[in-house]
Amino acid sequence: MPVDLEIVSPEKLLLSGKVDMVVIPAAEGEIGVLPQHAPMIVLLRGGTIRLYQGNRVTEQLFVSGGFAEITTTRVTVLANEATPIAAVSRAEGDRRLAAAEAEYAAADRLDVPALDLAMDHLQSARAMIEAAQAA
Amino acid sequence: MPSLKDLRIRINSVKSTQKITSAMKMVAASKLRRAQSQAEAARPYAERMERMLASLGASAAGSPTAPKLLVGTGADRVHLLVPVTADRGLAGAFNSNIGRLTRNIARRLEAEGKTVKILPVGRKGRDYLKRELASRIVADVNFVGRKAIGFADAEALGLRIVGMLAAGEFDVCTVIYNRFHSVISQLPTEMQLIPTPLPPAGEAGGQASYEFEPDEESMLARLLPQNLAIQLYRALLENAAGFYGSQMTAMDNATRNAGDMIKRLTQNYNRARQANITKELIEIISGAEAV
Repeated sequence: MPVDLEIVSPEKLLLSGKVDMVVIPAAEGEIGVLPQHAPMIVLLRGGTIRLYQGNRVTEQLFVSGGFAEITTTRVTVLANEATPIAAVSRAEGDRRLAAAEAEYAAADRLDVPALDLAMDHLQSARAMIEAAQAA
Repeated sequence: MPSLKDLRIRINSVKSTQKITSAMKMVAASKLRRAQSQAEAARPYAERMERMLASLGASAAGSPTAPKLLVGTGADRVHLLVPVTADRGLAGAFNSNIGRLTRNIARRLEAEGKTVKILPVGRKGRDYLKRELASRIVADVNFVGRKAIGFADAEALGLRIVGMLAAGEFDVCTVIYNRFHSVISQLPTEMQLIPTPLPPAGEAGGQASYEFEPDEESMLARLLPQNLAIQLYRALLENAAGFYGSQMTAMDNATRNAGDMIKRLTQNYNRARQANITKELIEIISGAEAV
């Protein structure tokens, strides 16, 4: 029994289909979701979503962060963007890394949420560069 | 009695006005279609976000450390109103409906002894409110010269509101926008943003409760600003769709009115022409008789 996977951005439904397994980059480590997974709501970090049919990876998408809702039959990924890995641009990653570094440097050392956010942006930008290199 | 030449000039000018209004109507119709499909495309995300928020919020709302975005500051003194209007006019009562509703709400709140702050989005709303409520306007945002609104715009606006909340500048935030009901009717609506009204959690349909990773609180810290941005995005898109709908209706009316006017003026023109001919004939005939 496959898993229903949906990837949604605020601007449109990016992907909807059935997969045998999907690996999502959760904030605390990658999660491989098979059917009958325990219901979870997870925060995503920047990274690659891998779609599996059988043992084969059929698609890889880069996401810069977001949320995912996992139920026993369904995975819904709410991402601001999801780019096929082949289309991820190294230059854009570099640009974001520079922006994130500037943000981190500018953040108030005592403002923990802002620092966390800047850290996430840094991580997301690094993941983007990694994804671009892997492609 | 205007001369024949005056009438001719008037008819021509009304005709060119009619050409402009009917072109504007057509442009608005095609833009409306695009705005509508954009609004539709945004729906799945908003629905799923709502579902997540329902299961998350229910478990966190009771806790004393619940984030301000969810439960508010606990006070109800300073209200921030965010009226969303278009940047351009020529759309019937579309913009002034929002202006009027905002003004009424502001008056009501002030009568209750509360402080009102206004953050107008869209140029027309700001212009309208500047006349009477200028002292309450704290800042304004507009998208003049932009073709379409992206999610990034809503996100930036959301961050700004979150920043104001963090700085303790208001307690309650309400958005006032035109809900797109149909092409010919847009309903001015107020929607509370902060404290976040929680969708009823029951509709998840008896599903097992979720595990959260990381914990609820850090999830909420991320989910709530995103939800705020999504709600704003939806309001902005409905506003855009409503604006084009309203403009289309207004321009349709204007085209029809111009048609009526041309008909009336042409009738006057023909009558005047006829009168002139008759007068000339009488002159000729009476001149011939006199000879």
